[in-house]
Amino acid sequence: MKICVLVKQVPDAAVEKRVNESTGRLDRSGEKNLNPFDTHAIEAAMQVKEGGKADVEEIVAVTMGPDNAQRALHKAVSLGADRSIQLTDDALAGSDVCATGYALAKVLEAEAPDLVLLGQQSDDGECYTIGAVVADHLKMPSLTQVIKMDVGDGSLRCERQAEYGYDTVDIALPAVISVGDAINEPRYPSLKAIMGAKKKQLDRKAIADAGIEPDRVGAEGSRTSVEAINPPPPKQAGEIIEDEDTNETVEKIVAWLDERKLLA
Amino acid sequence: MSGILTYALHYGSEINKNSTGAISEAARLATEIGGEAHAVVVGEDVSDELCQSIGAYGASKVYRARAPEGLAQPVVDVMAKLISDRGYSYALFGGGLLGFEIGAGLTARLSAGVTMEVTDVKAVDGKLVAVRPILQDSSVVDSGYVGEPGIIIGRLNAFEADGSQDGGSTEVEDVEVELSEWSTKATMVARGEQRGADVNIEDADVLVAGGRGLGRADGFAELCEPLAEALGGAVAATRAVVDAGWYSYSAQIGQTGKTVAPKLYLAAGISGAIQHKVGMQGAENIVAINKDPNAPIFEFSDLGVVGDLNKIMPKLTEAVRARRGG
Ligand SMILES: Cc1cc2nc3c(=O)[nH]c(=O)nc-3n(C[C@H](O)[C@H](O)[C@H](O)COP(=O)(O)OP(=O)(O)OC[C@H]3O[C@@H](n4cnc5c(N)ncnc54)[C@H](O)[C@@H]3O)c2cc1C
Ligand SMILES: Nc1ncnc2c1ncn2[C@@H]1O[C@H](COP(=O)(O)O)[C@@H](O)[C@H]1O
Repeated sequence: MKICVLVKQVPDAAVEKRVNESTGRLDRSGEKNLNPFDTHAIEAAMQVKEGGKADVEEIVAVTMGPDNAQRALHKAVSLGADRSIQLTDDALAGSDVCATGYALAKVLEAEAPDLVLLGQQSDDGECYTIGAVVADHLKMPSLTQVIKMDVGDGSLRCERQAEYGYDTVDIALPAVISVGDAINEPRYPSLKAIMGAKKKQLDRKAIADAGIEPDRVGAEGSRTSVEAINPPPPKQAGEIIEDEDTNETVEKIVAWLDERKLLA
Repeated sequence: MSGILTYALHYGSEINKNSTGAISEAARLATEIGGEAHAVVVGEDVSDELCQSIGAYGASKVYRARAPEGLAQPVVDVMAKLISDRGYSYALFGGGLLGFEIGAGLTARLSAGVTMEVTDVKAVDGKLVAVRPILQDSSVVDSGYVGEPGIIIGRLNAFEADGSQDGGSTEVEDVEVELSEWSTKATMVARGEQRGADVNIEDADVLVAGGRGLGRADGFAELCEPLAEALGGAVAATRAVVDAGWYSYSAQIGQTGKTVAPKLYLAAGISGAIQHKVGMQGAENIVAINKDPNAPIFEFSDLGVVGDLNKIMPKLTEAVRARRGG
């Protein structure tokens, strides 16, 4: 069985996220890291491999991103992926969800995986949608937000929370699954794995290598257009108490509640 | 035709509240851009009555398709066919998990533009522009569409349902759609399972909500429950801790949980993710205890306490008890 894990490089959460006013795109300069939600997808792949119910030959990390997105792939490999693929091309800049899903699907198509895993959301894009877009292109069944995944014979039994409670769904392989962050506790990479990550195979592909039609990607190929970027409606900032002396803090909270007649 | 097609999610004999909101929104927008709002219901055994009830929210036609319930991909097949055959300009969804998945599937199938977490939709020169907060609501983007159809996925509770129309003339049309091969590869084994005890939090004036910052399941019994009792309220939770099995699903607030508007919402060890915020932002007073000064919850709390909940909550419980004479 071959598992492909889609991973994305995102600005470090500690760094303030910004929009470039002139291009209307996210400013992706500054510290970058592997999207934390994707570490759960890699861990899920590792648990399938180590679980003994399926014979996993290979875990391949796949990303679409700028030149420096290799860092995310190195991290993915240090967490257990066997090799990685980077789709990178100037023509991809400014791709929206429609274009990104199409491009990633073209790369995956060539790999013919039995299972594609994704994170529940990218920390910067927060679209929650790439999994279902990719699945439709690949003509595979899919589920998002999966928090439990048991491997059966040529199928998966998945659990997730939907609008009315927990659903249990059986899904035949090959399939595309986005995992929720409650599915597992990702492991930390060993020092050896970190050191060895750069030596693992990393294939770089341009759009022509993946058979991607240039007019379906990038800003030109995108189907949404940013018309304006505005600040959020102004909101009165709340009061903040820094807890130094807890007795004092508690006194302040009680006074605050009292003032609003919440302790009557 | 420049119509708007919506999806009506149902469970048992009820249409989801976010779907009725989407239908009302679609009806409002359709009059502005010229066209009609139609809805799709997909299920094994959908009654005439259920379909007809959608008319009250402004859909002038309801399509009924027979296919498995509670899964997105069969709905993608149905909606993609209707949009291709009958030419709708937009597909609109209320907040929820299935809306995201169906909208995403349509995006791929129809090479369509998609905008999600939409809080408002504007009609400009006969076209729709979706308003979407991004980067944890630190900016708001007006997003237009190139070509048709455009896919709009709303944020939870973004669209208000208005069930006051006379739905008597709503046409119900049965449509037969052959499912894609891959849409038949997922089977619902059990739907809507409730986990943990059934608790009533919707009527509480005061909610003490616990998140992953409690660090352990026992944090609910040791810290949240005593404080809730002292305040005369109930306990609520985030999805992260419900999924982890720390607390009851029926106490979950947010996108796939409940929406509440108590007088006081005290959030302990909760980061304030959008999916949580949408279920509690209507609270009159929001107090947050979090050790991370950059936690998003401080952006919308009225009183933010930066500190360790393990130190603060027991003392706060004592102080509230003393004050309320409990
Ligand atoms: C489609 C979808 C639907 C979702 N539906 C829901 C939903 O219905 N409801 C929901 O809640 N979420 C939902 N989520 C998940 C949501 O995105 C967040 O992951 C979740 O709300 C986070 O829960 P949390 O705040 O408990 O945990 P975290 O985000 O992990 O936050 C824990 C917080 O605790 C703080 N903390 C840690 N230790 C301490 C301490 N000792 N003292 C004080 N503070 C401490 C940390 O600083 C941190 O801010 C959904 C997500 C998706 C994608
Ligand atoms: N550019 C990308 N390259 C690879 N995977 C991606 C990319 N963008 C999104 N993904 C995957 O899709 C998931 C959901 O992202 P999103 O739909 O943007 O919230 C992420 O957790 C990744 O697994």
